[in-house]
Amino acid sequence: MTNGSCDLFESGHRACGGCAAALAAKLILEAAGEDTIVVSATGCMEVFSTPYPETAWKVPWIHSLFENNSAVASGVVASLKKQGRSSKVIAIGGDGATFDIGMLCISGAFERGHDFTYICYDNEAYMNTGIQRSGATPYDASTTTSPAGKCSFGNPRPKKDMPMILAAHGAPYIATASIAYPADLKKKVQKAINIPGPCYIQVHAPCCTGWGFEGEKTIAIGKLAIDTGLWVNYEMENGMVTRAKKVKRKPVEEYLKEQKRFRHLFKPRTNDEEIAKIQQIADRNAEKYGIDIVLKK
Amino acid sequence: MALNLGCTAKPGKTRENKTGSWRVFKPEFIHENCTKCGMCKIVCPEGCILENEEDLPVPDYDYCKGCGLCAEECPAEAIEMKKEEK
Amino acid sequence: MMDIMEGSHAVSRAVTFCRPEVIAAYPITPQTHIVEALAEIVANCELDADYITVESEFSALSACLGASAAGSRVYSATTSQGLALMFEVCFNVAGMRFPVIMSIVNRALGAPLSIWNDHQDSISLRDSGWMQFYSEDNQEATDLHYLAYKVAEDHRILLPSFVCFDGFILSHTYEPVDMLTQEQVDSYLPPFKPYHRLDVKDPISFGMFASPDYYQEFRYANDQALHKAKEVIADYGREFGEMFGRDYSGLVESYRLDDADTAIIALGSICGTVKDAIDEMRDAGKKVGLLKIRAFRPFPGKEIAKALQGVSRVAVLDKNISLGSKGAACLEVKDALYGSQIPVLGYVLGLGGRDIRKKDIAAIVNNAEKGIGDMFYGLREEELK
Repeated sequence: MTNGSCDLFESGHRACGGCAAALAAKLILEAAGEDTIVVSATGCMEVFSTPYPETAWKVPWIHSLFENNSAVASGVVASLKKQGRSSKVIAIGGDGATFDIGMLCISGAFERGHDFTYICYDNEAYMNTGIQRSGATPYDASTTTSPAGKCSFGNPRPKKDMPMILAAHGAPYIATASIAYPADLKKKVQKAINIPGPCYIQVHAPCCTGWGFEGEKTIAIGKLAIDTGLWVNYEMENGMVTRAKKVKRKPVEEYLKEQKRFRHLFKPRTNDEEIAKIQQIADRNAEKYGIDIVLKK
Repeated sequence: MALNLGCTAKPGKTRENKTGSWRVFKPEFIHENCTKCGMCKIVCPEGCILENEEDLPVPDYDYCKGCGLCAEECPAEAIEMKKEEK
Repeated sequence: MMDIMEGSHAVSRAVTFCRPEVIAAYPITPQTHIVEALAEIVANCELDADYITVESEFSALSACLGASAAGSRVYSATTSQGLALMFEVCFNVAGMRFPVIMSIVNRALGAPLSIWNDHQDSISLRDSGWMQFYSEDNQEATDLHYLAYKVAEDHRILLPSFVCFDGFILSHTYEPVDMLTQEQVDSYLPPFKPYHRLDVKDPISFGMFASPDYYQEFRYANDQALHKAKEVIADYGREFGEMFGRDYSGLVESYRLDDADTAIIALGSICGTVKDAIDEMRDAGKKVGLLKIRAFRPFPGKEIAKALQGVSRVAVLDKNISLGSKGAACLEVKDALYGSQIPVLGYVLGLGGRDIRKKDIAAIVNNAEKGIGDMFYGLREEELK
């Protein structure tokens, strides 16, 4: 009997059943292989995989603090270079660690051009601490610090465009991916780790616990995000979008109504105005990245 | 057990944590329907779907949390989630 | 070889001889001359190191942590606001037991903003698990870096260390320094042998989280290591003395203390002024001595109690204040002397670069003799009206 599909991220970790972050970790390591050093920020993935003395990681792994995985990775890369060692360095963080508290460090590391890959597993809130809003939380999503209420529709701001920010730093390769398309994610990881310089991959990681859906639907929800245009899988090389996944677009309601975090847009009655605003976000994405499949008549 | 300097650990001990005990629903694999596409193995967040000599998927129930992703994503309807009798 | 050098340049030369592989530094007054000198040294291929110009002090220490974890000897330097920004990472580095060496060019902490010297910055991190050495002059500032690396990297210790020296007073002052050569330093400080490192051939997870079942034991282990460091500091300090003629085996050092009535306790460059003041007071018939604290962490409580046997009173000079309480050294000396009848009087002085002169030391001794202590010394009354 052969072992599990990934020998490098072991079973027995404490992620929720159906966790996209756990799936992402497994897929990333499958793609990267054993000659990889992982630098991890504080967050769900770090906490569920390394409660002393249990560790799920079979590659060298280090956690420092919440905001500084890029800075720690910079040091690791510098040390490996000086020692003539060629292992790949991957810094992994959630959206909180990447978009918000880690902005300083990721900006510095990308500006300095260190040869490493940063992978953000984007579950669109601070999940580890109990589902609080982050800079990656989409418009109108209800979180514990941006709850929907009598005078609130949830998060009032659109998602920060992190890939664009890092493209502006001169990153040679940037990609968005999703656990809903595992083979595509793995290909992008392999590409990124083999391109010299700082590369960034943002992986959509739908969170059943935080978004309010059943664990078995993790991949289905991920696909719906892409099918509605609210998440776009694309690649950027040297600042230019070179490839984007095309879809036959579905209306955003089909995605929103599956998740408790958007329930307030449908109950007690459907909020057409807010849903229209979210549809606009999807439409803008579609236009910007050219994702609509146009059938030739 | 001696403390590891600086709170470190070598791989292996996670496997002592048998997360199969979390399960409410259990995936039953119907091999007759299976097309060996490998999707269940790919999507399992626990990495606990193994393969037998005929390359058919066999879950390691010690770790299966019963999340149902394998059943949901199986294109051949070869996995069914059943409430587990404990 | 004797040379007249600015403190910062002497330290940067010493650091060069220690052969760090990775330097991560962010500029801040009055540390800038060190990092600039090192940048030039690296640019001229005099040191084969990767010099990372990080975007903040927080990142500087984080990068050092990463490089140390990957198996390199590392270095950084900072002060005041920069060290405060590193607060979180300091606890992390010590907790993870990486032997990072950092020069602290002591400077006051804002607010109010100040670029001038006192010890608040490093003293405020006395709980962090880092060793702390304080330098009386540029010679000590230089030599203590070699000692700090050797002690920190010893597998019995594996703790990071500050090497503190006073901003401007030492860093920007030219003093005669006997610089060792590269060969001499190599003979004292061997290449870094990490206890463990990030290595695909032997994967380890670093920095895991510890539940209440484990956390306390890790903290105990770190505390034990700090206490153990006293012995290792003494051994390597003695070895330095045997090799190069300057003994650093003592965590404390006495000056004319043997028959002293009043003992002054102090850290850092103020000790030079105190020694001169003592000489003058002795000439005038007063029996005063100095007990200089060179290692503040681990705190040499037993050594202090032993050295102070027989004195009539102790005047502790603190260039720091734990606001709402007292100066840090004063509190710890009181603890060291607990049970003895010797009165310990604390004087907070020199904050934010306030100058301290020989006559101030004499005035403090007078106060101590009258039992007047536990005060801010040298307040400008006209500013307080």
